Amino acid sequence: MRYLPLTEADRRSMLEAIGVPSVDELFRDVPEAARLSGPIKGLSNHMGELEVDRALSAMAGKNLPAGSVPSFLGAGAYRHHIPATVDHLVQRGEFLTAYTPYQPEVSQGTLQVLFEFQTQVSLLTGMDVANASMYDGATACAEAVMMANRVTRRKRAVLSGGLHPHYRDTTTTDARFIGFETVVMPPAPTGGEDLLAEVDGDTSCVVVQNPDVFGHVRDYTELGRACQAKGALLIVVVTEAVSLGLLTPPGEMGADIVAAEGQSLGNALNFGGPYVGLFAVKEKLVRQMPGRLCGQTVDADGRRGFVLTLSTREQHIRREKATSNICTNSGLCALAFSIHLSLLGEEGFTRLAEINHAKAVQLADKLAGVKGVEIVNGSFFNEFTVKLPKPAAEVVEALAQRGILGGVPVSRLFGGGLDDLLIVAATETNTESDMDAFATALAEVL
Amino acid sequence: MSMNNQGRPTGIQNTDSAVPETVTGNRGLQIEEPLIFEQDSAGRCGVDLPEVPTVGSRLGAVKPRGRIGLPGLAEPQVVRHYTRLSQKNYAIDSGLYPLGSCTMKHNPRLNEKMARLPGFADVHPLQPESTVQGALELMAELGRWLATLTGMAAVTLAPAAGAHGEMCGIMAIRSAHDAKGDKGRTKILVPESAHGTNPATAAACGYAVEAIPATEDGRVDLEALKAKLGPDVAGLMLTNPNTCGLFERDIITIAEAVHAAGAYFYCDGANFNAIVGRVRPADLGIDVMHINLHKTFSTPHGGGGPGSGPVVFAESLAPFVPVPYVVQDKDGAFRLVEQAGDGPAFGRMKAFHGQMGMFVRALAYMMSHGADGLRQVANDAVLNANYLLARLQDVMTPSFDGPCMHECLFDDRFLKGTGVTTLDIAKALIDEGFHPMTMYFPLVVHGALLIEPTETESKASLDQFVTALRALAERAKSGDVAYFQGAPRLTPRRRLDETAAARKPVLRWTPAVEPETVAAE
Ligand SMILES: Cc1ncc(COP(=O)(O)O)c(C=O)c1O
Repeated sequence: MRYLPLTEADRRSMLEAIGVPSVDELFRDVPEAARLSGPIKGLSNHMGELEVDRALSAMAGKNLPAGSVPSFLGAGAYRHHIPATVDHLVQRGEFLTAYTPYQPEVSQGTLQVLFEFQTQVSLLTGMDVANASMYDGATACAEAVMMANRVTRRKRAVLSGGLHPHYRDTTTTDARFIGFETVVMPPAPTGGEDLLAEVDGDTSCVVVQNPDVFGHVRDYTELGRACQAKGALLIVVVTEAVSLGLLTPPGEMGADIVAAEGQSLGNALNFGGPYVGLFAVKEKLVRQMPGRLCGQTVDADGRRGFVLTLSTREQHIRREKATSNICTNSGLCALAFSIHLSLLGEEGFTRLAEINHAKAVQLADKLAGVKGVEIVNGSFFNEFTVKLPKPAAEVVEALAQRGILGGVPVSRLFGGGLDDLLIVAATETNTESDMDAFATALAEVL
Repeated sequence: MSMNNQGRPTGIQNTDSAVPETVTGNRGLQIEEPLIFEQDSAGRCGVDLPEVPTVGSRLGAVKPRGRIGLPGLAEPQVVRHYTRLSQKNYAIDSGLYPLGSCTMKHNPRLNEKMARLPGFADVHPLQPESTVQGALELMAELGRWLATLTGMAAVTLAPAAGAHGEMCGIMAIRSAHDAKGDKGRTKILVPESAHGTNPATAAACGYAVEAIPATEDGRVDLEALKAKLGPDVAGLMLTNPNTCGLFERDIITIAEAVHAAGAYFYCDGANFNAIVGRVRPADLGIDVMHINLHKTFSTPHGGGGPGSGPVVFAESLAPFVPVPYVVQDKDGAFRLVEQAGDGPAFGRMKAFHGQMGMFVRALAYMMSHGADGLRQVANDAVLNANYLLARLQDVMTPSFDGPCMHECLFDDRFLKGTGVTTLDIAKALIDEGFHPMTMYFPLVVHGALLIEPTETESKASLDQFVTALRALAERAKSGDVAYFQGAPRLTPRRRLDETAAARKPVLRWTPAVEPETVAAE
């Protein structure tokens, strides 16, 4: 076994040092009835690299990589070009094979990365402070709601109909088991919704998304003010981090908490995970935050250094009184996010956002020219909704047969209903000929 | 160019080894690195992007965003920045990382390669099912391995890490009680030795947490447990092997008592590495258990994550497996069930279908070992830990009698009266070139030192660790307190002031002078 360094001779001499005749003796506390006498049946035995590579490559070969065809899927996961540098640096063993920086003297690399990551996320969202990552955008959203419940000592969350259904469901799952109320607004693919009417004296927070799941760009400044007046927090969700290069940041709209998905920067699609949840708040809420926080300090020689801090919020110190049960987070995905953003810088990030928007405008114009297709959105960033004369799920399947990944049917996200709506995204990776191929194929299958 | 030896000294003239102060603050291969924000030059960029196509804006009425404040660096600067930072980290790739309870084993690079195949890495989670049959097959196959290794009836791959898996398991337990109309169960029992995530999870799910004491031999006190079981108890959360590195000998009796009281048995499977291939948790009476793929199945810890925390369910809880999950139709096609509907399943717990990138790595790891190799993993992990216990027990104080499982626990009695603490030992180990063990956990012994070597350490590596730790224990007993309190001395930073960090938190960089914002306020 290539991963096991002990030789038979090592094992014998170690057993001797321990003073037992065999390794079985070390398992003597296991109840006899449950001991297995040999390898478990029904599973293959060990294999070499070549054999494993062959077997898994065969499985991978049965999938259609999004990059191999014109692809226009978004709805919470976006295909962007990731500079080669990102994955190279992420694979440095010193980052890849370390764990949570519990021993800061030998973890300054990870810690400085986290400090920079927290700063980048704060800047992007326009918030005061960000944590060192959550699992993903959806769990960040649910944690934001629970945090709002703690902060306001209220138990009623209002969820916009423009919130990504997976984020909504992650939050309502928690609501069911943890015991708080959620007011779920119906999906509003074409227009606004009266969230304010739902805010009362028991409301802990209003959760909105920008751009919303249908792609509409929203201004929540008014809503933020109204929430404040009623003592509720405004939680703004962002599923496409690149949009923050162009749109008013949630902090400027009065968000108290931002819960976002960071996958777009540095992280591949990966069939849905691992991704990286971004979590940012206003200064005064810091001590109610979930998750790890890295802070600046000095060492014994007075030099600047970094440590994990404010851990009295966390499970390993506070146990049942912790702000969250999260322990392992999305460290390496946060690193990838941070490297990609460092490469882009101010100029690159802004331009990337502009290109994304322009590509989506081009695509919308091309699709609007297809007979029977109607663009639903008045505004959008890099994603919008189209209305089709046929069920979107069928159209998407027919497009896939023609080698085009043509978007996400709204019915798939919402579990039925709104069958004729399709969510379509464009990024810098889409060429004009991709778009033409899409429009042509769409005309054929409608 | 070839190296010219002409006129160049090739011998060594000066053997003075005192460490000099350098002008730069750098120390040879250890290079000081400023924050990226301190390397900013406006207009510099590490990517080349095309011109923005000229089209009208459809952003609507939002005001354009002002300057963000991101620094501009060219690619070589970025590469150097992160390379230098990486060199300030200790990692499994560099040496022994015996962080108890975390299973810091070797991370095979084949797994990285497999996870990066475009057929896995470049697949969108919402592509039509017909275009992702291989991805769904991989999930089904991983689920089959996990179910077979644990003897369980059902699996969910959705949870993002161990703590998330705990949440999932406790939600399933609540669902099962709810389905029976049993609303009176308000408590979860958790041993004192449990990891912090256990009580945090139970409390987050709305349960009162009741602690169960440990016995003299480091196991759950069965009589105390029985006394607490009753119609108000929803379940027991027990780690096995437990966080003292011991197998819960009475586990079958414990399970029977829990079931007799109408409660369910949750097992924290973070320590599955000790028993994989040797015991199936289902045969111990466990109803539900999470598995940390980032521990037992070697997906890299990444400086804090990502992880993956699949949960396995016995028949008793199988109907409550949350969405999404993969099913295979009669014609062999794989399908994703994404909506909970009206059935007993709950969910969802996160966006999309779970940590796919981790699934690929874990399956590559399992297939590489196979059923035979995984059993050897447990054997060697347990052998290595017991070897350390045997070699250290005369100079340190083991908290409990052996044999231990995959990790061995010491407390600080051997330091009594020396003025040296567990923390000091940890910091001195750093100077010897080792990552410290887990300190001050579990809470059931004083000044805990929890050592988990894993099966991927060689005997030579263990022997060197033993030599270092024995020498430190002797040194502590000799009264050399100053040596310990000054440690570490050979690291990029020496001890850091955590009190100052928490008192006045600085959680982000801020420019000396705020950059002008274009956005009108
Ligand atoms: C015993 C035990 N339980 C639970 C956990 C939580 O797992 P995770 O960090 O993956 O959430 C850990 C690990 O940190 C652990 O050691």
